[in-house]
Parts: sequence; structure tokens; C-alpha cells
Amino acid sequence: MKKILFTLLFYFIFLIKSFALIEVDITRGNLDPLPIAVSPLHVDVKSDNFKDLKVKELGENISEIIEKNFKNTGLFNPLKKEAFVQKPDIAHLKPRFEDWRLIKAQALVTGKLLIKNEKLKVEFRLWDLTAAQEMTALAFTTTPSNWRRVAHIISDKIYERLTGEEGYFDTRIIYVAESGPKSQRIKKLAIMDQDGSNTKYLTLGNELVLTPRFNPTNQMVTYMSYFRNMPRVYLLDIETGTQEVVGNFPGMTFAPRFSPDGTKIIMSFAKDGNSDIYTMDLESRVVERITEHSSIDTSPSFSPDGKFIAFNSDRSGLQQIYVMRSDGSNVKRVTFGKGIYGTPVWSPRGDLIAFTKMHKGRFYIGVMRTDGTGERLLTENYYQEAPSWSPNGRVLVFYRETKAGDKGEGFTAKLWSIDITGYNERKLSTKTDASDPSWSSLLSK
Amino acid sequence: MNLGEKMTLKSNLKNILLVIFATLILSACSTAKKTGDIDGDVYTGKETVEFLAAGVPDRVFFATNKSSLTTASRATLRKQATFLRKNKNLNVTIEGHADERGTREYNLALGERRANAAKDYLMTYGVSSDRIKVLSYGKERPVDSGSNPLSWSKNRRSVTVKAN
Repeated sequence: MKKILFTLLFYFIFLIKSFALIEVDITRGNLDPLPIAVSPLHVDVKSDNFKDLKVKELGENISEIIEKNFKNTGLFNPLKKEAFVQKPDIAHLKPRFEDWRLIKAQALVTGKLLIKNEKLKVEFRLWDLTAAQEMTALAFTTTPSNWRRVAHIISDKIYERLTGEEGYFDTRIIYVAESGPKSQRIKKLAIMDQDGSNTKYLTLGNELVLTPRFNPTNQMVTYMSYFRNMPRVYLLDIETGTQEVVGNFPGMTFAPRFSPDGTKIIMSFAKDGNSDIYTMDLESRVVERITEHSSIDTSPSFSPDGKFIAFNSDRSGLQQIYVMRSDGSNVKRVTFGKGIYGTPVWSPRGDLIAFTKMHKGRFYIGVMRTDGTGERLLTENYYQEAPSWSPNGRVLVFYRETKAGDKGEGFTAKLWSIDITGYNERKLSTKTDASDPSWSSLLSK
Repeated sequence: MNLGEKMTLKSNLKNILLVIFATLILSACSTAKKTGDIDGDVYTGKETVEFLAAGVPDRVFFATNKSSLTTASRATLRKQATFLRKNKNLNVTIEGHADERGTREYNLALGERRANAAKDYLMTYGVSSDRIKVLSYGKERPVDSGSNPLSWSKNRRSVTVKAN
């Protein structure tokens, strides 16, 4: 979030020079994860110390983060380091391909780093062991305290090279951290790296806060707060900490999201028992009413081109998903399956809408095409909702609550993620109970 | 139900008396459900209910996904209206709530709709709208923390709270 830390200077040593033999097909599940060896980055002995950073262990630590990222995709199988056959510095110059093939690795990551004059210089290479050639290489310079992001950026570059898709490791998740008994839950805004590290709390928990969402540049967050018992949509600048109420509505505003260009906030405003969808332009402060219907209209989400809005309405009697033009015209119901539907979220690629479905007392997270066809339910549970897309549109994060006993015992709320293939469901590590996740875009782009 | 079924099984071992006994228990159970704490889907019990004054309950309950007032709810709200007409300086906030079995955002809207259903009824019985604020909590403030139909029915409520 801090712009000073973003001064990453990229330069390619080599451009991708030839077509590779290995590639990872991410349209299927994790049936055959690619065996990959991530060699610890070699730490140059001429490196300076930097604050309390353990410089000697840095190469090892970076490689471990890369391995964890890869493992969590379900697409890669990082091999155990005990079996590694070459020292990091030698392997980085030119690996003995046949030796690495012996431990069944198909791809190898090598690298080295140097800390000099308070700068961290890192370079890495990705090797195709089958074809015995280098696939990609990259070097960059940043501030040493940014070393975790270095690991994520390397992960992204390798993922991109091997899958042909943009990565999602150098990202953050904003969510609501929960604690306390179910009837008096304390909720705070929290932000963490995608892998669960660097958790920071943005509010103190004095008032109820819900549904935070990033703007496209990840500098701003819109969320709902019960500050002074006036439930309203707020705008928070993460860098400066300044917050303001969005608009001047004489009643509850909720379910906010940014427009894809970040210039507007779309949200619901409830008045006299009727919730409709509004937008407010953040520059001009002009408020526009988008829906005008006696039903509940909420959970609006723009298509990535800004031309359409998916939303949730009970105008047919129960909750269903509708799509309309962004001016509110041409409203079409798109869900007709069994059960009721909520929380539509348009994928960043524009091709799918993720949703929550409730049917016969069970909750599902699913995806469908934007006209409602091709529904695929990815996961079923006692209670789960609020999917949010990874920036590359391959993974969804959502929250899941457990069934409590008669006194509320055994209740937990946790973040989970699942690939849109329906494979690789896993719990995210959070310091506390958590809900309402929102995934940032790539931080360095 | 299980008990009944097991007993029915035993009765297959030619104990006719047990069959009759099991049937009695079953019918007793289902009667209790209707006349006890839940009618259809709406809570009718006394647990969690507080009072604005003697004989004036503070809350009414709703069916799943509904905001319509039952006959019992209307009777409660008429008592509240009478009480508020007598206490002209008193303002109230009506808090609207939903159970945990819906999406968070929809439940916020549903809570608001429920609170307004109560507010509208108070207004038709002579309480001026500027004395009534509504505040939806959606599913955020359950009064009963259990995850079962009875708990959920207690949580689908609107509660009239003194504001001054």
C-alpha cells in the first residue's frame, strides 16, 4: 500500500527466447501437478546487513514462500529440498539438467540476491529441465524490507510463464476479522497478504463493519460501518487512514462496490422498507438512482467493461440474480435453477458470474455464464457466501460459517478458496475468525 | 421421530400395545410444535421477549424471508401504539433482524423491511413517523446463538427500543 515500497525496478535480462516443452493446463483440475524444484536463492557473501533482516536466511525464506504459493495452486508439486543435487549458486549459472531430471523435477527455479546500499537486488531463472533450456529470467531491485513481495512477484512470473495466465500471488485480501460471542460479534477491517502474512487491522472494533471492497488500484476501500448507529457506506484511504461517508442518504446504505474504473461507488440505499441501487461519482458527488422497484435490489456488481450490472433482487418473490445495463435499463433475470440466488460477482475476465446459491438448507458457491447458462456449483456446505475473484479469474475466495450448538458453541467463520475448476478447496490462514473477503488486483502491474 | 420409528420397529415384533403408544407420542410431538413455540415458521414463545411497559411486549417475529405481520404481531404492535400514544415524549428505534440463513447483504435489506413493517403499523395506529427510527442489523445481532430452526425463528424479529 505504501507507494515508496512500490519502487520496483524491473528489467528483463533475457526475453523469453524459445517455446517450451513444459506447460501447465489450468483449465483442468489438479490431476497431475507439475513437479518443480525451487532452489534456495543464493545469498551473495558481499551482502550488507539490513535492519533486523536475517540476510543469510533470505534466499531460503524467499524460496519457501515461492514453494508455498505453488503448492497452494494445486497445479504444482514443489519437491523436497533434501533431494536437491546442486548448490544454489552453481545451479543458477547452469544446472546439470540430467541430475535434476533424476529427482523427477520438470522445472527448476534458481536465483541469487545481494543487499548493497540498502537495496535488494534479486535475479531468478526458470529452467525447463526436459528441454534443457532456460525459459525465463528476470532481475529487479527493491528495498530489502520488501522481500516477501519479491517472493510473490517471482511466483507470479513463473506461474505466468508456465500457465500462460497472469498470476495472483502479489496481492492482498481485505476482510472482516471477527471475535467474541456470536450475539455480540466484534468486527474489524483487516488486510493481509494473499498467503496470510502481514495482517494489519484498519479499524478498532468499536463499531460493526461489514463488506469491505478494494478499488481497482487497491489504495481505497469501500465498506459499511455502523458508526454512531448510522449504517452507512464509507470510503477509506488505506495510506492516509482518512475515511468519509459516501453520499448524504437519509437512511441505510450498504453493499458497496467500486465501478471497474474506480470513479464510482455502486451500493444499495434502503428507505421505507425498499432497497434500490444507486451510484455515486466520487469526483462530482453526483448520485444516480439505477433501480426503482418496490422489491429489495442489492449486491450490485459491475461487469469489467462497466457496461452491465449484475444484482440481487426478490422482485419475483425470492432472491434471484438479474443483469441490466449500467443505466438501469434492460433488466433481465438470469437465474432460474432450483433454490434462491445471491451475491453475484462479475469475473475480472468478464465471462462468468460467481454467486451464492441456497437450496434445501444448504449453501453453494458457483459460477455461471453472464446470461445464467452453464451453472456449475463448486462447493456445498452448511453456510458459505460472498465469493470474490482472484485478479486472474481462476480462483474464488469466500467465507464459511460452521453450524453452532444451542448456545452458539462451535461457531467459526473462516476464509476459504477454491479454483473455478471445482478443485483445490482450501482454508486460508487468518489470525482470527474472518468473513467478507475481497481480493485485490495485482499490486505491481 | 427416531424414537417413534424404533418403537414401530419393535412393534413389528407383535407388540400391538407399543404401536399404539408410539403413535400417541408422535401425535403429541407434532401438536406441541404447532401450539408451542413455533407456528408454521413464526416464533410464538415468550423467551427473549422484553417489555416496554407492563403488558407491552417489545418485539414481533417473522417467517423466513417474510416481513408480513401475523395476527399476534399486530396485537403486540397495537399495544405498543397505545403505550406510545400515552407517552408522547418517548421516541423509539425499531431494530430489524434476520436469521443467519441468508446472505449478509440481502439480510440487511430484509431487516430494514421488517422494521418498516412494524413502523408502518404503529403509524396507522396514530404514532407519528418522526418518533420512530428504524435500524437494520441484518443477521449481525442474533438474540439466540443456536443453529437450529427454533433459534432462527427467535432471531427473525423486529424490536422496539426506547430511544430517549
